[in-house]
Amino acid sequence: MKAESALLGTAGFAGFLVLCEAVPRTGIVSDNYFPPVTRIADALVTELSDQAFWTALGDTLTGWALGLAIAVTAGILTGVLIAVTPYLREATASTIEFLRPIPSVALIPLAVLLYGTELQSVLLLVVYASFWQVLIQTLYGVQDVDPVADETARSYGLGTWARVRHVLWPTALPYIMTGVRLAAAVALILAVTAELVIGAPGLGRRIAVAQSSQAVPDMYALVVVTGVLGLLINVGARTVERRALAWHQSVRGEVAV
Amino acid sequence: MKTLALRLFFVLALPLLLVIAWWFASDSSTDVYWPPLRTILTTFPDVWTGERLRDDVLPSLLRLLAGYTAAAVVGVALGTVIGSYRRVRAVCEPVLEFLRAVPPPVLVPVIMLFAGIGDTMKIAVIASGCVWPILLNTVEGVRAVDSVMSETARSYGITGSARLRHVVLRSASPQIFAGLRQALSIGIILMVISEMFAASNGLGFTIVQFQRSFAIPDMWTGILLLGLLGFILSVLFRLLERRALGWYHGLRDTSRRSS
Repeated sequence: MKAESALLGTAGFAGFLVLCEAVPRTGIVSDNYFPPVTRIADALVTELSDQAFWTALGDTLTGWALGLAIAVTAGILTGVLIAVTPYLREATASTIEFLRPIPSVALIPLAVLLYGTELQSVLLLVVYASFWQVLIQTLYGVQDVDPVADETARSYGLGTWARVRHVLWPTALPYIMTGVRLAAAVALILAVTAELVIGAPGLGRRIAVAQSSQAVPDMYALVVVTGVLGLLINVGARTVERRALAWHQSVRGEVAV
Repeated sequence: MKTLALRLFFVLALPLLLVIAWWFASDSSTDVYWPPLRTILTTFPDVWTGERLRDDVLPSLLRLLAGYTAAAVVGVALGTVIGSYRRVRAVCEPVLEFLRAVPPPVLVPVIMLFAGIGDTMKIAVIASGCVWPILLNTVEGVRAVDSVMSETARSYGITGSARLRHVVLRSASPQIFAGLRQALSIGIILMVISEMFAASNGLGFTIVQFQRSFAIPDMWTGILLLGLLGFILSVLFRLLERRALGWYHGLRDTSRRSS
């Protein structure tokens, strides 16, 4: 059954590629707009042998990784702090609910003015967007702490720090990992967006340049690269999640089935 | 009465404190980029007049609505088909996973090739970015329909559109709404970005225009308005969700309480 669905999946992907080759070849869509797959693949090979492409990829990944790291650290610390301080949760709830839906792209003009096309522009957008994902999930996780476990820990004389470490952290970790996974995807979107719109160096700017210089196959090749990057990040985040939660029921259950 | 007052205090205290802090911290600010909050607030009604609301905000919102609705219809319809048949799902899954992983904003230059820079482009960008979360969540939701329930429905002779409406879509609706919620925030992002790229009107266009002409307080009012818009849309969405999923939340609460 697993082999069958892998086979079907491969067939589906191959069919998709053939379709993308056939549609421009037969002239249903002009190949000026949508070049055949083989030409995109050619452009991709050219890109891969270009030093500037790797620099751009490195820039994008730097913005992504730094922004994600800052957002995750800040999100978890703020979440735990809000959870362990009395009344802080009630007091911050309305503010969080108000700030969270603010679209991070609203900050683009501000980022341009403050930092121009520097890395900080990218970081501002990436951190703002992914911080909320982590914070919200951390708060959900903290809410899920079993009161009996917490009170047991209290009556055994565990201090605040020990309770955070041994009761709160294991309960919240599955939620936090979900938050990190979501944040990793969002961070890539915002990193590429910042490069595309603001013009900070990276894959996004390369796409914008390819588009304005009418290098259509190169543009598609770069879009494919961002897609592969997104896919790798999703798979990577899921692997990290599974590793970090190897002890957890949800993952152990998966293995047994 | 006392608890209500206390709750109100908790809801309002921190936002008020932050606004007051912003007000006084920026009051004597001479930094061009951080104008005093007083200036921003007095500029607000001057900038967002009736005319501008009609010419910039309304087109933006209409495009968002059109793209989002198209994405919802296509996503739910395709998702139901793909989710219902195991083989179709196996064939489509890798392609869908890849297409979803492409960051939606890179679609802007691609779609510009096809659709120029008019309204069609913006609607297509919004729709093609929003469709993935809706589609994939619908697939998951339809796939996870309780088999006892679907077999019971079948043995009662509920088939065709009645089955689709009352069994399949009903039980997938919590998942579908999760997808719709993700899609809404992507939609707002794409609305703004597609206008920043190429447009002659719209919120994103206006804000970038303010920034380029160094009308900083005006730009700040735009940022505030966008924030407000994001907040209002999420509140509206939550109201809608509470109505549509009332049965589900009730069910979950009772099953939690009893367990």
